[in-house]
Amino acid sequence: MNKYNPFEKILIYFGIFVFMTFILLPFVEMFYASLRPLDHLFRSPYQFYSDDLSFWAYQEMWNTVPMLGRYIFNSFFLASCVAILTLIFVIPAAYAYARFKFPAKNTSLYLLLAINMFSGAVILIPLYKLLRTLGLLNSYQSMIIPGVAFLIPTSIWLLKSYFEKIPIDLEEAAFVDGASRVQILRHIIAPLSTPGLVVVGIYAFIGAYAQQFLFAITFNQKKEYMPIPTGLYEFIGYQSVKWNEMMAAALVGMLPVLLLFIFLQKYIVEGLTAGAVKN
Amino acid sequence: MNQKLKSYTAQTYIAYALIAPAAIYIILIVAWPLLETIRLSFTNSSLAGEDYVGLENYQKMFSSKKFNGIVTRTFVWMFFSVSLKLIIGLIGAVLLNANLKGRSIFRVLVMPPWVVPIAIGMLGWLWLYNGYFGIIAGVGMRTGILDGPFGFLAYKQSAFISTIIADVWVGTPMVTVFFLAAMQGVPRDLYEAAYCDGASRWDRFFKITLPQITPVIITMSLLSAIWTFNSFEIIWILTEGGPRGSTTTLIIDTYKQALGNYKFGRGAARAVVVMILLMLFAGFYLALLARINKKISHE
Repeated sequence: MNKYNPFEKILIYFGIFVFMTFILLPFVEMFYASLRPLDHLFRSPYQFYSDDLSFWAYQEMWNTVPMLGRYIFNSFFLASCVAILTLIFVIPAAYAYARFKFPAKNTSLYLLLAINMFSGAVILIPLYKLLRTLGLLNSYQSMIIPGVAFLIPTSIWLLKSYFEKIPIDLEEAAFVDGASRVQILRHIIAPLSTPGLVVVGIYAFIGAYAQQFLFAITFNQKKEYMPIPTGLYEFIGYQSVKWNEMMAAALVGMLPVLLLFIFLQKYIVEGLTAGAVKN
Repeated sequence: MNQKLKSYTAQTYIAYALIAPAAIYIILIVAWPLLETIRLSFTNSSLAGEDYVGLENYQKMFSSKKFNGIVTRTFVWMFFSVSLKLIIGLIGAVLLNANLKGRSIFRVLVMPPWVVPIAIGMLGWLWLYNGYFGIIAGVGMRTGILDGPFGFLAYKQSAFISTIIADVWVGTPMVTVFFLAAMQGVPRDLYEAAYCDGASRWDRFFKITLPQITPVIITMSLLSAIWTFNSFEIIWILTEGGPRGSTTTLIIDTYKQALGNYKFGRGAARAVVVMILLMLFAGFYLALLARINKKISHE
């Protein structure tokens, strides 16, 4: 029943081609632009063909925006801090949701989902005032603190479903045999949940990397703390935009998350779709 | 011994202790700011200080023609963006669900717009939309549809449409992936039975696939409505709400009032409107989820 005749095959592949063109055109164009010399880009109307493609922009971009390396480091640093902090808050909570019965368990789980629906923009004003009072504006913390809050809800849901996959019998048997909770944690839960922790940690890293822009433009004016999504706008100069170098830097800036995601997409997508569709 | 086992999952104080750190964090960084936003909306708070002004912010906001235009525009923008995401996402999922060579590669290739930081992806769109040198204007000029350079983000209507398309680009992959997951969850034997009864591929889609994935379609439309409503970076980077306010949605207006002009009071009043609308969406979504879950557990 799953056989297609040649006509159907061509139709489906054509459909996929159109669909993929929409999805991938920006990336392909960015890559193509990054390889072309600036004077080829500045031809109107658009020239489809360039003969002297090179990776020159990938070298020159570090000179045009001298802080570029720092911005990339900042993005990594911020995303790592956010991911680690998120895990620290989420591991005990997710374990409690997976293993214990207690009043208001389901209500609080749904409240967590509801938090996911508020964008950061709604609470920026009090956060701005809070960070200002604490003297934390224009610092790494000003981007880390709100970042963690928005990753906690989904991470709890994700990790909870990983913990639930560990058979409770193992823990109960150990408990009945007189093992303490700490021993159970160290010898049973920790080793068995490592893959889940890695996936959730990477999810948090990707999420943190992706959400930097809003907090960075609102809470931080200092160049030395800027993450790459805002730092890239320095390629827009007063005279003209060095599009080829900007596109090269943009691709370099998105590469880490893309690689991580492609590497682990199966696990992350599985967890997310299970969480939001079936519960 | 049984007693001891029972106590393993029933010691609520341990559960609360484990949840406390995350709960306190969320309360401090999300819940308190939400309440504080409501309080600020009744003040004229700015960098200089604040005074209680009652309903003044709300009165001014609701009597301003501009604000009412922004609300209408937000919903029109949302309507087009969400519908397109669902339609394109459904078509994409059907195509990628076909049992053909290469589909597992295509399934990975759909995802980049979803994962890549929006602010970086939008740089690509800025280049595509460039009126002189961009590929879209270029194709338009070469085919004669455009009679000269055309800045897509420089005119009211085209900017409105362009921001919608960019938003659809960001949102479609997730919709596609969720629809695909739902389609894979449809029991195989349903199709086999229908096939034996001589149902065409078309029939099988409309009589089996579509009804089976309806719960997911409904949840996804609500979820993407919520995310589209919240969409900030796309418009901010492409147009900053311009030209002449033609792409200013509620979120953009809230941000501009609050952190562009540092008029916290006025911004907070807008944020409260956003909050109320979001709570309505969230309420719908959670009620729906509860109903779907009930249905599943009854079956």
